[in-house]
Amino acid sequence: MALLETSGLTAHYGDFQALFGVDIRLEQGETVAIIGANGAGKTTLMRSLSGVLQNAPDMIRLDGTAIGGLSAEDVMPLGLAMVPEGRRLFPSLSVEENLLIGTYGRKVDGHWTLETIYDLFPILRERRNSPGTALSGGQQQMVAIGRALMSNPKVLLCDEISLGLAPVVIKDIYAAVPKIQESGASLIVVEQDIGQAMKVADRVYCMMEGRVTLEGTPDTLSRDDIHNAYFGVSA
Amino acid sequence: MSDISTTPRYVVTTHTTASRIAATGAVILFLVLVMVPFFAGRGLIQDLFFILTMLVLAQFWNLLAGYGGLVSIGQQAFVGMGAYAMFGGVILAGMDPIPAILLGGVAAFLVAIPTAFFAFRLQGPYFAIGTWVIAEVMRLIMAQVKALGGGTGTSLPRSATREMWATEWIAGMLDVRNSAARDILTYWLALLLAAATIAGIYWLLRSKRGLALSAVRDNPEAAKSVGVDAGRMKWLVFLTSAFGTGLAGALIYVQKARISPDAAFSVTDWTAYVLFIVIIGGIGTIEGPIIGVIIFFLLQALLADYGTWYLFTLGIIGIVVMLFAPRGVWGLISDKTGIQLFPVRRRLSGGTLGEE
Amino acid sequence: MIWVDTVVQGVLLGGLYALFAAGLSLVFGIMRLVNLAHGDLIVMAAYLILVLVTVLGLPPFLAAAVAAPVMFGIGWVLQKYLLNRTLGSDILPPLLVTFGLSIALQNALLEGFSADSQRLPTGAISTSSLEIGALNIGVLPLLTFASAIAVIIGLNQLFYRTSLGRAFRATSDDPVTASLMGIKPGHVFATATAIAMLVVTLAALYLGMRANFDPNIGPARLIYAFQAVIIGGLGSLWGTLAGGVIIGVSQTIGAAINPEWQILAGHVAFLLVLLVRPRGLFPRAVD
Ligand SMILES: Nc1ncnc2c1ncn2[C@@H]1O[C@H](COP(=O)(O)OP(=O)(O)OP(=O)(O)O)[C@@H](O)[C@H]1O
Ligand SMILES: [Mg+2]
Repeated sequence: MALLETSGLTAHYGDFQALFGVDIRLEQGETVAIIGANGAGKTTLMRSLSGVLQNAPDMIRLDGTAIGGLSAEDVMPLGLAMVPEGRRLFPSLSVEENLLIGTYGRKVDGHWTLETIYDLFPILRERRNSPGTALSGGQQQMVAIGRALMSNPKVLLCDEISLGLAPVVIKDIYAAVPKIQESGASLIVVEQDIGQAMKVADRVYCMMEGRVTLEGTPDTLSRDDIHNAYFGVSA
Repeated sequence: MSDISTTPRYVVTTHTTASRIAATGAVILFLVLVMVPFFAGRGLIQDLFFILTMLVLAQFWNLLAGYGGLVSIGQQAFVGMGAYAMFGGVILAGMDPIPAILLGGVAAFLVAIPTAFFAFRLQGPYFAIGTWVIAEVMRLIMAQVKALGGGTGTSLPRSATREMWATEWIAGMLDVRNSAARDILTYWLALLLAAATIAGIYWLLRSKRGLALSAVRDNPEAAKSVGVDAGRMKWLVFLTSAFGTGLAGALIYVQKARISPDAAFSVTDWTAYVLFIVIIGGIGTIEGPIIGVIIFFLLQALLADYGTWYLFTLGIIGIVVMLFAPRGVWGLISDKTGIQLFPVRRRLSGGTLGEE
Repeated sequence: MIWVDTVVQGVLLGGLYALFAAGLSLVFGIMRLVNLAHGDLIVMAAYLILVLVTVLGLPPFLAAAVAAPVMFGIGWVLQKYLLNRTLGSDILPPLLVTFGLSIALQNALLEGFSADSQRLPTGAISTSSLEIGALNIGVLPLLTFASAIAVIIGLNQLFYRTSLGRAFRATSDDPVTASLMGIKPGHVFATATAIAMLVVTLAALYLGMRANFDPNIGPARLIYAFQAVIIGGLGSLWGTLAGGVIIGVSQTIGAAINPEWQILAGHVAFLLVLLVRPRGLFPRAVD
């Protein structure tokens, strides 16, 4: 049984259908990357998994429990945390408070504490009392990742953690991923940066127009496969 | 807005069949109402006067809140100022009460200018309470005007009411006593005011300005980007509705012939009831206040004897309607039937931009 | 000297208005909701205390301590099952629902308690006073003011030092992201209103001990509270206290000139502040 699994997942925004029967799975200890062009439905998939969007209960299972119908505040305590697209720090909270609030709904002992997060991103220790939104984009992204880790989730969802950051900063952020993997969390990483995705992932899904168009491991997928799945151009 | 999404239309039409029937019906209804004094008793005339004046107040509050997005709970300021200005014209300047009604409208318009200046500094809910504070200020100030009775109020002089324009003529024509003639006169004026209000608001909403108004209400940012001056629209709506509310206030107090600050600036009588009428009928439509005032009148006729329970019930009905049928009774009717008697929303048929 | 006395009385009166306003300010700060029934809830709490005093024979302070958890529960249920349904981008539903609530509450109280004025029995405390120099300061007004300061310190501690306070601020910033932290926005809002009702209970206690009350005085208390909040600047509790003091001092000065001008003077002060500082004296940086 997979740790997290979707079957026939659909999602709608009003009359607009954004996902059409998506099937993905995440095994214990695995890192899965989801790639796809703008508007492919990656964020919508993340929102569905985390409970921001609700679906039929059976469409999503976490550890065998049907969670598709739960809202975000009920999903999170089950061990699923999200680093949302655009970081979304709380402007009224300091860096440290942003981290602390990550445990509001789930207080589980584990590897991640305020101290280990500060060890992972030392700059945050220095800036612990600044307002979260006073930091640079990269530092904000570190806070968002740390905030999600604070609850020691079983599954960590990362939605475009490289978005809008300079290449050196992206490198810094991605340097943390192996340590997160070591701590035992399983990851789903949404990325537009295919190279980055291929480096960290055990398996890759490619999405287009609300559907999964390709699945494989980084070493078995060819450039052409990905190109087709990404842009829908048949060779 | 859902009337558009349920019936996708690609042709931009200004009239509907229902609206043409409604227009004919409205003319016939108006003529019938004009004739009412020729066959009805004084009780019915007074009831109709009450309904028509409340309808005018409701239409203007609806213009303000439903179309202009300016949720005021201080409309009693303009009822009171209109009424007091009329009293001032009669008592201090010796005017006839009928032309003094116009004075009431003008006075309400004038005090609306500084009122808007203050209230527009407040947003949303704070605007609402801000208008209320200003109405309170006016009440307290009028209570200091000893020439108009101070805190206890005063009555129109008998001479003024007896010799009021046209009453003698009406009394002769209909063979009624002078006091009944006064009721008939004020009733006709209320009818005229109500008809002019509805026609005027309908015209305004269908004009280019009305279009801009809906744009501002539905999406202020987008409206700004296409060059609609939201600030000016707010002023236009606020002053217009103050003027109309002032006229109605003056007219109501010509009929009552007795005034006091607490009554003329009553938040219950001139704002709570009016809100109730608009909410239950359907906010943001011209039809809504019409239906609302009828429901309100029936409820009052049934329940007014129960005093506090009556008001308690109104409060609860208002809450329930707001939560479960926020577009009121008319919203339910037009959802079911698709009927629009006063179609002013044709321009939105492009979609529901700016909404979730 | 009489002027010093007038101002001191006004400052202390401002403490009462700050107590009226603190709950309003808290709720607005967290969920941008203005509860038009706030004043009527204060009056309702005063009647609740009165009932406990007359039926159970409790002293007013103890009665308020008993009423507080009841009001807490009422606030929680009210927010969770009624007011939460009205929150959203449209300002009409919360305004009109709370306005309807205000009318319903007032008339329910009228039905239950008639329009007669009531007062909480106070015993010696209402007449005792402290001599400070030539000033004669009532113990009760002093206690009211001290309570207002204590409430503001307490609320600020709660807001900036506790996990619940973090949840308040986070939910106020961004409810969707807050829910990703396992915060239930509906519960957080309900808790905030419930806490506001604790303050309301305290305000009701002093209202009832210091002056007569009847079911119709709620809207005027709402207006004073509102003026204090606006003068202080939205979201600043110390500002709210300053706003209350300004209203209080204006009223006592107005009353000293002409007793009929008391209320009017408070309103005029409010309008003047609005004229020169539209965002209040201490507007919050973020907003
Ligand atoms: N709140 C919304 N309302 C309506 N449509 C939406 C909403 N959010 C997303 N969509 C639409 O759903 C589709 C999928 O969007 P989604 O944000 O999931 O894409 P994405 O793959 O994350 O894109 P990106 O790489 O730009 O982040 C798009 O067509 C988008 O326009
Ligand atoms: Mg996305």
